[in-house]
Amino acid sequence: METVTITVKNAPALYLEADNISPDAFAGKTAAQIAELSVHEGNTTSTLGKYFDVSGNAGATAADTKIVVRGDVKKVKYLGFKMSAGELVIEGSADLYVGAWMTGGKILAKGDVAAFAATAMKGGELIIEGNAGNYLGAAYRGDWRGMSGGKILVKGNAGSDVGMFMTGGEMVINGNVDVHLCTHAEGGKVTVKGNATSKVGGQMVDGQIIIFGSIDTMMPGFKPAGEVELEIDGIKATFSHFIGDMGERHKKKKGVVIYANLYKKISSP
Amino acid sequence: MTKTITDVICPFCGTLCDDLEVVVSDDGKKLLEVYNSCVIGTEKFLHSQSPDRVTLPRMHQEDGSWKEISYDEAVEYSAQMLAKAKKPLMFGWSSTNCEAQSVGNEIAEISRSCCDNTAATCHGTSLIAIQDAGLPSCTLGEIKNRADRVIFWGCNPAHAHPRHMSRYSIFPRGFFTGKGQMSRKLLVVDPRITDTARMADVHLQIEQGKDYELLNALRVALKGEWLPDVVAGIPSEKIRETADILKSGRFGIIFFGMGVTQSLGKNHNIDEAIALTKDLNEHTKFSIMPMRGHYNVTGSGEVFAWQFGFPYAVDLTRGFARYNPGDTSTIDLLTRGEIDAMFTIGSDPGAHFPISAVQHIAAVPSVCVDPHLTPTSGVSKLHVPVAFNGVECGGNCYRMDNVPIDCRKVVESPEGMLTDEEFLIKVRDRLKQLKGVA
Amino acid sequence: MSEYIIKNGHVFDPVQGIKGDKKDIAIKDGKIVDKVGSGAKVIDAKDKTVMAGAVEIHAHIAGPKVNLGRIYRPEDKLFSCTATHGMERMGSGASIPTTFKTGYEYAKMGYTTAMEAAMPPLFSRHTHEEIRDTPIIDEGAFPVFGNNWFVLEYLKNHEIENAAAYIAWLLRVTKGYAIKVVNPGGTEAWAWGLNCLSVNDPVPYFDITPAEIVRGLIEANEYLGLPHSMHIHPNNLGNPGCYETTLDTMKLAEGFKAKNKFGREQVLHLTHTQFHSYKGTNWGDFESGAKEVTDYVNKAKNITIDTGNVTLDETTTMTADGPFEHHLTGLNHLKWANVDVELETAAGVVPYIYSPNISVCAIQWAIGLEIPLMMKDPMRCFITTDHPNAGPFTRYPRVFKWLMSEKARETQINAFKHKDKVLSQTSIGSLDREISLYELAQMTRAGPAKSLGLTALCGGLKPGMEADVAVYNFNPDKPVANPDDIEKAFSRCAAVFKSGVQVVSNGEIVSNGNKRTLWVDVKVKENAQVARDISEKFVKYYSMTQNNYEALGHNFVPNPYALEVDATQV
Repeated sequence: METVTITVKNAPALYLEADNISPDAFAGKTAAQIAELSVHEGNTTSTLGKYFDVSGNAGATAADTKIVVRGDVKKVKYLGFKMSAGELVIEGSADLYVGAWMTGGKILAKGDVAAFAATAMKGGELIIEGNAGNYLGAAYRGDWRGMSGGKILVKGNAGSDVGMFMTGGEMVINGNVDVHLCTHAEGGKVTVKGNATSKVGGQMVDGQIIIFGSIDTMMPGFKPAGEVELEIDGIKATFSHFIGDMGERHKKKKGVVIYANLYKKISSP
Repeated sequence: MTKTITDVICPFCGTLCDDLEVVVSDDGKKLLEVYNSCVIGTEKFLHSQSPDRVTLPRMHQEDGSWKEISYDEAVEYSAQMLAKAKKPLMFGWSSTNCEAQSVGNEIAEISRSCCDNTAATCHGTSLIAIQDAGLPSCTLGEIKNRADRVIFWGCNPAHAHPRHMSRYSIFPRGFFTGKGQMSRKLLVVDPRITDTARMADVHLQIEQGKDYELLNALRVALKGEWLPDVVAGIPSEKIRETADILKSGRFGIIFFGMGVTQSLGKNHNIDEAIALTKDLNEHTKFSIMPMRGHYNVTGSGEVFAWQFGFPYAVDLTRGFARYNPGDTSTIDLLTRGEIDAMFTIGSDPGAHFPISAVQHIAAVPSVCVDPHLTPTSGVSKLHVPVAFNGVECGGNCYRMDNVPIDCRKVVESPEGMLTDEEFLIKVRDRLKQLKGVA
Repeated sequence: MSEYIIKNGHVFDPVQGIKGDKKDIAIKDGKIVDKVGSGAKVIDAKDKTVMAGAVEIHAHIAGPKVNLGRIYRPEDKLFSCTATHGMERMGSGASIPTTFKTGYEYAKMGYTTAMEAAMPPLFSRHTHEEIRDTPIIDEGAFPVFGNNWFVLEYLKNHEIENAAAYIAWLLRVTKGYAIKVVNPGGTEAWAWGLNCLSVNDPVPYFDITPAEIVRGLIEANEYLGLPHSMHIHPNNLGNPGCYETTLDTMKLAEGFKAKNKFGREQVLHLTHTQFHSYKGTNWGDFESGAKEVTDYVNKAKNITIDTGNVTLDETTTMTADGPFEHHLTGLNHLKWANVDVELETAAGVVPYIYSPNISVCAIQWAIGLEIPLMMKDPMRCFITTDHPNAGPFTRYPRVFKWLMSEKARETQINAFKHKDKVLSQTSIGSLDREISLYELAQMTRAGPAKSLGLTALCGGLKPGMEADVAVYNFNPDKPVANPDDIEKAFSRCAAVFKSGVQVVSNGEIVSNGNKRTLWVDVKVKENAQVARDISEKFVKYYSMTQNNYEALGHNFVPNPYALEVDATQV
């Protein structure tokens, strides 16, 4: 695997749209060619090389290409946009749409990422060492097809609307999440090691939510269904089990009505 | 002698009453009386007659004073600003006509701007919900003729849409509602005891920020499923009773306002209310409608949609249209410091936006096109007064139920004043010169 | 105005019976002429196909439900918005394109006239604003009448003259083109959450049946002598077994004869026939009723139809058949929009994915092709996708490919997941007919123009007609090597003229033309009762005043073209 390192040299005055910073766009290109790729600041188009120093050549394919992004990219959007393979390491914090519409490969964000990361993600892996913004792994506006595959790990906290319209894949959030977790979800699995606030699993049709911490306000549509033992990441614990959303439509599989499942860890006395 | 003009449309709120009568002087230059309108509408008409009205564009000077300039100079400043900016924002559009909006869209396209309307702070969340969940709705005449269950959720038409209840929703006797108010059950959901709530047959005094939970509970109750004892401060028996009232009607309607679109849950509240409406259609007929505020915010969404494909928060900076509230929406653009020029028309963000957003308006080159002196005109570099749309010029507007009504001109504007559309056409033509497009 | 001569093309013009002969087409002052001077600009059409501009008889391209579709489907535009480009404004939308894109896309495929198929009268001002912003193509809009309270009340008592006077008034104030009927009575029933699934289901409260509405509107249409016939989307759309309702509906036209000065011969136009040609009792035993329906139409000379071809895309359904859309959202659980319109109509919108992996969708695809392949008279069967219901209009070239090439159909059938089901539930596999270019010109030009009463204006290349001409990069003398070449050729014209102005060159827009709004201006005898009824309904039941109802002036119809009808002497 070849590594391309891009380092910020000129910060954009406004925000930079850099949807070409992905192994797919870099593949098969030399450092000089990569520097010629387009980026957009508002309604002006210029080259990646205007804002970044580029060193190293890309591999022949996306899968053979690793990108390391250095410097302050807090005002850079679309890192890893639509990537299908390869690796992307973001050493600091990034703005909107990290890994949005990604289908494969691996992204490691060492800082925070802003909203809309992993929008409609289909595959691959996204690791966020800091915090994630709102709409992590959610669907694009109006679409009923959110995250459908792949894995997301957030070591910090995540914002609101995480996993909206999720249909598959897995997400683990080590910290807390804000309101509206897995709204409209119809599949997939989300584990929150910290606390959730309210509106958890609203309008959920199918899928699984596991909460280790507290939930401020339960949705009335989630009905208590007893207690279960679960083993997660090697930890065994007892969880209250809820099914829902009882107000929402329900699917049937082989004659059996399907509900979404919510497990909340019973805090030890 | 005076003249009376009938069937006049009121350019104030989304109710867009079109039965006003306006008395003007024989020469058509003075507006004397306004009949049939509510007190706010009357003021809107009479305000055009104010003697201290600003009639010339004004530039903000460095010492804070204002200097009167010509329209040509105002056109030049506006066109230069839009031509130079990397990411201009053209915001407002809700208090002007569709013809002006259409010219504005051309300008936005040529200058590759972001463009947005006041849905940004009102019913933008409703639009997001409609995109996620749909919208079973109807025109206001359907309510008048058929509705026997009327819910006002998070809105207070008694104050915000004063003639709504008498024209459409509560009092009128329609084809199938011959007993008027007696034919209808009125339900109000509001944490406050508003004047609308005081009229209600059922007032659910909900805990603030728990609309999503209560709407969900109503859906659960419709399905006859288990409920916790109390949801959002309302006992479950009361919720079940309410669900029964709703499904026992022949034709129901949920009207909702900013109490539910801009409180915790935002678009999801509306999404769940739409889902409740959809569920109720398994039992009877039910519709849902946003109580749109500005008289033509709906029209702005319509024009944006048929020209660009999206109803608000449209970003044209890359040369094609994009849309994603949170990224392309005005408050986010301003508070994140994403834009470098601000063009405001037919709206007063200075009065309604968070202070950090207003500070950004003040920090960049800015134009405010508005017949009034407003907090926005106060923080803008250039203020361009124009004729009162719907009073001094006509033009098409869309009511809250999307019904288009062509406004009427009832009185002459002060001599030499341009309309929104006329000013925008001048800006567009100058911008075309600057950008070298045909 | 410039003169043009389109030289050496293979001309297909059913109006003059020209079947691919090499002929020159001369254009002067916006019209087709016999000859032009030597200074005329020459368009070389050697080895190309030349036809009149195509005529769209039924599409949902402007108005409130179309725009609701745009508003509530941002995902329909994701990553597909087009930039400002030459003459072209920005565009967006795959299944519900923006107005600008709509005009450009039609023009690039050689379409020069299009009819918006369902205009709610209360929203005529909106519909016309969108039509105004749709460049190049001439457009008309059909106001819906089948659930209108005036119509229900007049026809309940068989008051044809009053119904006709009301129709004339409504066409004038809405600048409408024809009488459209959608789920007669069923949409009014939908205001109470009900429906009329057969022609004999009574309409709640109004004490009338769909059959009486349909017959009454045919009578009123012929009483007035309108250019187009009553244009109907019958009851019971889209349900297994619905072909029987379709036959019952068509039988209502028996005994009626067209009376008009426009050359129209039919009294009933049945639209998107595919959706009305289903046999079976449920989605499991669902099968084609195309044979039964086309057998009837082949014999009934006073009926024309259009197809409603399924294109196997993700699209957006939208119809004034409110109860149908509610039914559909129950099947696919996708977002449902509905608008009930006071005293007049309703509309619903639901996204839909016609997946080649779902047997029902594949069977629908086959039925849409069976219908034109089984129709004996191409002058009475027109190609549509009921845009965007069965698929976007931008897929016409693909539909033409399937119709013109058995091989292309076979390829698609083999690609279906449930190929056997398609072959057992339809007869698509046994149809070897391939539509010729001449038949295509009948089905997309001469036929729809005649059905619409526009023969004097468009649909042909006879001297005196509007110079609406399309030139395709398609050589009829050469065998088709790959059916995809058909699709490619019909997607982007070599040249298109609209009323004598060249609007497309090499697939690019070169002019925004001089777009007109077509409408029908009928003069009737003064009718005091109808005038009184109208004013009473506005005072009591409408939510706006009568004086604000009309689509007036330059804002709405800046460039009208009125077809005049005098019904005062009837």
